[in-house]
Amino acid sequence: MNWQSVRAVFGHEMARFFRTIWQSLASPVLSTVLYFVVFGAAIGGRIQSVEGVAYGAFIVPGLMMLTVLQQSVSNASFGIYFPKFSGTIYEYLVAPTGWIEVTLGFVGAAATKAVMIALVILLTSFWFNGVHIAHPFWMVAFLVLTALAFSLLGFIIGLWAKSFEQLQIVPMMVITPLVFLGGAFYSASMLPPFWEGVAKLNPVLYLISGFRWSFFDLADVPVGLSLAAVGVMIAVCLIAIRWIFLTGWRLRE
Amino acid sequence: MSAIIEIDHLSKRYGSGTAALNDVSLNIEEGEILALLGPNGAGKTTMISIICGLVRPTGGTVRVGGHDIRTDWRAARKLIGLVPQEILLEPFETVRDCVRFTRGLYGEGPDEAYVEQLLRSLALWDKRDAKTRELSGGMKRRVLIAKALSHRPKVLFLDEPTAGVDVTLRREMWQVVRELSAQGVTVILTTHYLEEAEDMADRIGVINKGELLLVKPKAELMGEFGKKHLTIDLYEPLAELPEDLSERGLTLSEDGLQLGYGYDTKSARTGIARLLGDLTRHGIAVRDVATKQSNLEEIFMSLVEDKPEEVRA
Repeated sequence: MNWQSVRAVFGHEMARFFRTIWQSLASPVLSTVLYFVVFGAAIGGRIQSVEGVAYGAFIVPGLMMLTVLQQSVSNASFGIYFPKFSGTIYEYLVAPTGWIEVTLGFVGAAATKAVMIALVILLTSFWFNGVHIAHPFWMVAFLVLTALAFSLLGFIIGLWAKSFEQLQIVPMMVITPLVFLGGAFYSASMLPPFWEGVAKLNPVLYLISGFRWSFFDLADVPVGLSLAAVGVMIAVCLIAIRWIFLTGWRLRE
Repeated sequence: MSAIIEIDHLSKRYGSGTAALNDVSLNIEEGEILALLGPNGAGKTTMISIICGLVRPTGGTVRVGGHDIRTDWRAARKLIGLVPQEILLEPFETVRDCVRFTRGLYGEGPDEAYVEQLLRSLALWDKRDAKTRELSGGMKRRVLIAKALSHRPKVLFLDEPTAGVDVTLRREMWQVVRELSAQGVTVILTTHYLEEAEDMADRIGVINKGELLLVKPKAELMGEFGKKHLTIDLYEPLAELPEDLSERGLTLSEDGLQLGYGYDTKSARTGIARLLGDLTRHGIAVRDVATKQSNLEEIFMSLVEDKPEEVRA
């Protein structure tokens, strides 16, 4: 393992984030604040509570997850796709740097950016909704693990994509619907039994459920299952990335 | 000198069956400048790409500094710097950050003194905080060289380094290459500019259709394959050549005032003395004579187009 290479790739990606700090940070925070205003204050005022938690506070973990998932995927996919698009990917391929160093650098940076944005949203939510956190350690653990899992997924999307359109299509057509249907704004127990069963086929439900448990001690599925879901996702993504680098698929001629 | 790069029976065949490189063997000595010449699609870039790790060979082995590029790739790649054919840079990054990044990617810790020395040597220090998109084409090429040298490689590959660069910048680039060679860096360059190879290289390799036709020291190549052309200016115009002179391959210009004679420098007898004697015998008065050595371009064309089989033999 060459930690200097990991540091170089990580620093390079973070520098891109800080070069466009307002676009990178302000845009997702602003859209989430709008969710707080619309769903939390305007509509939430008419919904009494969900399982004893004020609706404005109930949606905070879901909204944080929504942002983390979207940001992780888009940061990581763009991060690796841009060198492919500009041709500078050759540098990574000729350097004495293995797949694990490149992945750690890109994915670490993408996850860090997503976590930073999520924490800013969390701070904002204290002001809007008076949220409290029941299990702070697990909150951070779920946040970091989920950011890593979806950054790995985004990294695969960036490696796979051959155009900007392909880069956008998976987050837009798959990730966002899964998050919305994964209980960002409601508890799965609020659904009729059949649809509750269908919702439990959605892997994102397990992430949101675990994350919400760390806030309110409430979960749609057992917390262990939520952790296992993140762990399985990380393992599968790592295996896929290793395969891509070793075979050179979509990377080398 | 010892070989820093050992290429043994290297081949690359694509899925379509096209052989981009066919059984190429070559040793490159430490500290030399080797120019690889060949037409488009000859296999030059494929060969460089394999050594640098961009393309996987289908046969043969390559060792860099004694390290196999497949089994001991980290050690091999640490010794290599690559300047690609196209200008590939992050447009919004500064010159200094670009160089620092590449250095880090090769596992080297920060060394601001070396980065400064490198940028100064490539006349980029004044532009260290400029974004790469703000630079001229020549400066961008120099940034690519600075990046390739950021980890102090022992071998530098320059793939068409002066393609599309004007004459002044081209000469600047040659100077940079000469300085690197003087510092002990082995330089392998591919080029379309034969003048470039003729001017800089210690050895010249000619590739065509994936085959390495030959590799020879430049002077030896020029001597072995070089032909000279003798031009004889006459005092009085000739209406036609005497038959015996015509049979010896002598040519007469349209105005009848100039004779041309091509001869091989490596042959034991050039025939010049006999030719001049014959002219005197025919009463043809000679005003001046001049000789011209055929250049690398002519040699190259004869190698890749005319008689590749003969060259290989």
